Amino acid sequence: MGAAEIVAALEERFGPAVTGKKLDAIDPFATVDPARLVEIGTFLRDDPRLRFDLLNCISGVDYLETDPKKVAKAGFEPHLEVVYHLSSFAHKHRLVLKLILPRWKDGVEGQLPEVPTVSGIWSTADWHERETFDLCGVMFTGHPDLRRILLAEDWEGYPLRKDYEFPLEYHGIRGR
Amino acid sequence: MGMLEGRWEEGFVTTTLEQAINWARQGSLWPMTFGLACCAIEMMATGASRYDIDRFGAGAFRATPRQADLMIVAGTVNFKMADRVRRLYNQMPEPKFVIAMGACTCGGGPYYKYGYNVVKGVDLVVPVDVYVPGCPPRPEALLEGLMRVQDKVRGMKELTRGQPLQMPIPKRSGSVLLPDELADPQKSLEFLAENKEKAKPTKA
Repeated sequence: MGAAEIVAALEERFGPAVTGKKLDAIDPFATVDPARLVEIGTFLRDDPRLRFDLLNCISGVDYLETDPKKVAKAGFEPHLEVVYHLSSFAHKHRLVLKLILPRWKDGVEGQLPEVPTVSGIWSTADWHERETFDLCGVMFTGHPDLRRILLAEDWEGYPLRKDYEFPLEYHGIRGR
Repeated sequence: MGMLEGRWEEGFVTTTLEQAINWARQGSLWPMTFGLACCAIEMMATGASRYDIDRFGAGAFRATPRQADLMIVAGTVNFKMADRVRRLYNQMPEPKFVIAMGACTCGGGPYYKYGYNVVKGVDLVVPVDVYVPGCPPRPEALLEGLMRVQDKVRGMKELTRGQPLQMPIPKRSGSVLLPDELADPQKSLEFLAENKEKAKPTKA
């Protein structure tokens, strides 16, 4: 199936939960409501027309212009995106799902935005979600073991956020 | 040596105990098997047959820090690894030496500005004796670094202390032979003038 048909199938089933789409992109994507992600993921995997049996990767993207002079021209509001790349071995088609999140939950600095985990659907999501949590600071609710995966356990902050500050020192070692 | 000279038959050499120990020590610097990133590949190449670090007596890569004299920090040290590097260094017996191999260990390298997890030089973690720059350094460069460590060993004064009392002067500096027109100051000036003349824009 082409991307248009896949997204159409999603819209038919979930209606307003599909909040946006862009089909002429190199990787066509659909934006979905984070609250219904698990339902949508289960549908994508189990529907015989779709059969998305492979989750290639989960990425976190931080949209934030840190330079105050360029904010007006940036063309986006500050937000965080989580991107899911899906493939189907059976039908040899692909799809990208995007979730649009606030940078902080309820606008409170330090409160991580929440996304339901898909590790129950694709078990490969387990480590990918840990990595996204580690570097981008996204809280995956319901994850079986959400710990830092790359950085040390006592690391502070989420380094791939645009407003991250390098630590002055870590365990007595000068950081910058 | 005058008093001892010629008292025995030929084939005897007289030396001081210190020199003898330093000579033995410099010829058996055992490095630790320890690689962190791509520099380690080059370190392995240095240990292999073509460059053969064993020619300098440093080919016995020990699998434990307790048997090693030399730590070649080959590769990017990140903050998570830094604690381990320091612990390994502390486990090595005195006298111990550290070579910082590659740009990352010398000062952060390409990760200096934006690398949130990279230590900006391993000298922030352990004391470094010899820096070998390069990304990664050629095996020859690592051998040169090893020879600098050997110079340092040769300069050790006290029998039990690790550090030499005076810094040794490098014997094999990287001097190069200059071409004729640059070696002689007079000729080099002429060469400069000639080049300037050549570089003048021609009026068409």
